[in-house]
Amino acid sequence: MSAAALREVEVDYPRGRALGPFSLAIEPGEIVALVGPSGCGKSTAMRLLAGLEAPSRGSVERAAGRGETAVVFQAPTLAPWLSARGNAALPLELAGASRAEAAARADAALARVGLEGAEAARPAQLSGGMAMRVSLARALVTEPKLLLLDEPFAALDEITRRALADDVLKLWAETRPAIVFVTHSVEEAVYMAARVVVMTPGPGQTVGEVAVTGPLPRPAGFRTTEAFRATAEAVSHHLAAGMAGEAAA
Amino acid sequence: MRVVRLLAPVLLVAALLAGWEAACRALHIPVYFLAPPSAIGAALAADAPDLIAAAIYTVSNALAALVIASLLGQALAVLAALSLTFERAVQPITVTLQVTPVIAIAPLVVIWAGTDHPGRAIIALAVIVAFFPIYSGALTGLKAVDPDLMRLFDLYGASPWQRLTRLRAPSAVPFVLEGHKVAAGLAIVGAVVAEFVAGSGKVRGLAWRILDAGYRLQTAKMFAALFVLGLLGAVLYALLQAAERAGLKWWRGR
Repeated sequence: MSAAALREVEVDYPRGRALGPFSLAIEPGEIVALVGPSGCGKSTAMRLLAGLEAPSRGSVERAAGRGETAVVFQAPTLAPWLSARGNAALPLELAGASRAEAAARADAALARVGLEGAEAARPAQLSGGMAMRVSLARALVTEPKLLLLDEPFAALDEITRRALADDVLKLWAETRPAIVFVTHSVEEAVYMAARVVVMTPGPGQTVGEVAVTGPLPRPAGFRTTEAFRATAEAVSHHLAAGMAGEAAA
Repeated sequence: MRVVRLLAPVLLVAALLAGWEAACRALHIPVYFLAPPSAIGAALAADAPDLIAAAIYTVSNALAALVIASLLGQALAVLAALSLTFERAVQPITVTLQVTPVIAIAPLVVIWAGTDHPGRAIIALAVIVAFFPIYSGALTGLKAVDPDLMRLFDLYGASPWQRLTRLRAPSAVPFVLEGHKVAAGLAIVGAVVAEFVAGSGKVRGLAWRILDAGYRLQTAKMFAALFVLGLLGAVLYALLQAAERAGLKWWRGR
C-alpha cells in the first residue's frame, strides 16, 4: 500500500494540457524528488496529491483524513496577523482543537524546527529562513503521513538552503513521513531524495527515474562523493533528454 | 540642514502672511474685500467660543456619519464578498452614488429629512460620501487573500465561517484602515456641503458661519471659520494617519 499515488493522470486547463499522462507512487516513508523545467506541471502534480485539484483523467490515491497531508509552499505563506505560534497552531484550530492544546502542540512543533523562543514573533519580524521554518512547523504539527514540499527553498540563499535541507532530513528521520519534494535544482534533488523522478517540459511526463544510494539523512561531505556526482550526472542526462525530446517534437 | 527642512514650511507660511498683510496695507484694499491676516487673527480671537462650538457641531455630525458608514460599508462588503450575485446587484447603486456629486443630491436629502431636522440631512449626506471608500476597501481586502493561504485552508478542511473569520476578515484589515482614513476626510466634506445646502438658522456648523459672515461681507470672519475648518481637516488627517499606523503595527506586529 503506497502512501499516495497518481495513476495515469492528465490535467487539462483551458489554455492546454498542463500535466500527463503521469504516474507516480510514493511508498510510506519514502522521499521522492520531482525535477523538471519550469512549467512542466510539478506544482500541478503536487496540487493533485494535496487534493486541491482533481485530474481531468486518471485517478489519485491519497490519505484523505484531515491533517494527513501537509504542504509547504514556495513562499512561507504565513498569516501576518498571527504569531509564529498562531500560524503553526492553525491546522489544529481549524480541525477544532482547543486553543490551549493547539498552542502547546504548535510550541512543540516550533521547537522541533529549532524556533524555541520565537513563538510570539510575527512573520514580519522573522528572517526568510525562520519564516520557512514556521511554515515547516505548521506542516508538521498534524503529524502528516505525506509531506508535500513545493520548491520550499527557492527564495532562500545558498547557506540557508543547505541548512534547511539537512534539517528537513533530520525531521524526516524522526517520524518518517513520505515526502514529495519539488525542485529545479538537480543537486538539491539528489541530496534530499532516495528517488529522483525527472519530468519533460510541459505537459509533464516521466523521462526517467534515478535511485540515489547512500544513507538519509546525508553524512557530512556527501556532496563531494563520487556517488553524488555520478547520480547528479544521471539526473542531468535525463533532463537534457527531456528537453531534446521537446526540441525534436 | 534638518533644522532648515523642519522650519521651511513655517517660514514659507510666515512669509506669505507678511506679504499679504503688507499688500493689504500698501494697496489700501478694503477690508470687506480681503481682510489682512491681523484682522483675521482678531476675528479668530473674538469668535473663538462660537467657532469652537461650530467646529464641534460639524465634527460630531461627521463622526456620527463615519460610524454609520463604517457599520453599513463593512456589513455590505461581507455580504458582497460571500455572494457574487449580491455584489453584482448592489454595484450599480454604489457606483452611481459614488459618482453623483454630493452637492447635487443634497437638496433632495434636505427635503426628505425635513427642514426641522437639518442634522439628519447632514448626517445622511456625510454617510453617502463616506460609505464608498469603506465598502470598496473592505471588499477589496476580503478578496485580496493570499491564494496559497486559501489553498492551505482548503487543505485543512476549513468551513466557510472559518474562512471568513480566520482568513478573509483579518486579511482585509489594512484595506479597511485605509478606507476609514479616506472616508473620515470625505465625511467632513459631506457634512460641510450639507450645511451649505441646508443653510437654515438651525444649523450652527462651520459652513453656516462662513455663509453667514459672507452675507454680511465680514471677510475676516469668513477666513477665521475657514482657518478652523482647515485646521480641523489637518488634525483629523494626522489623527487618522496615526490610527492607521498603530492599527497596521498591531496587525503585523511591527
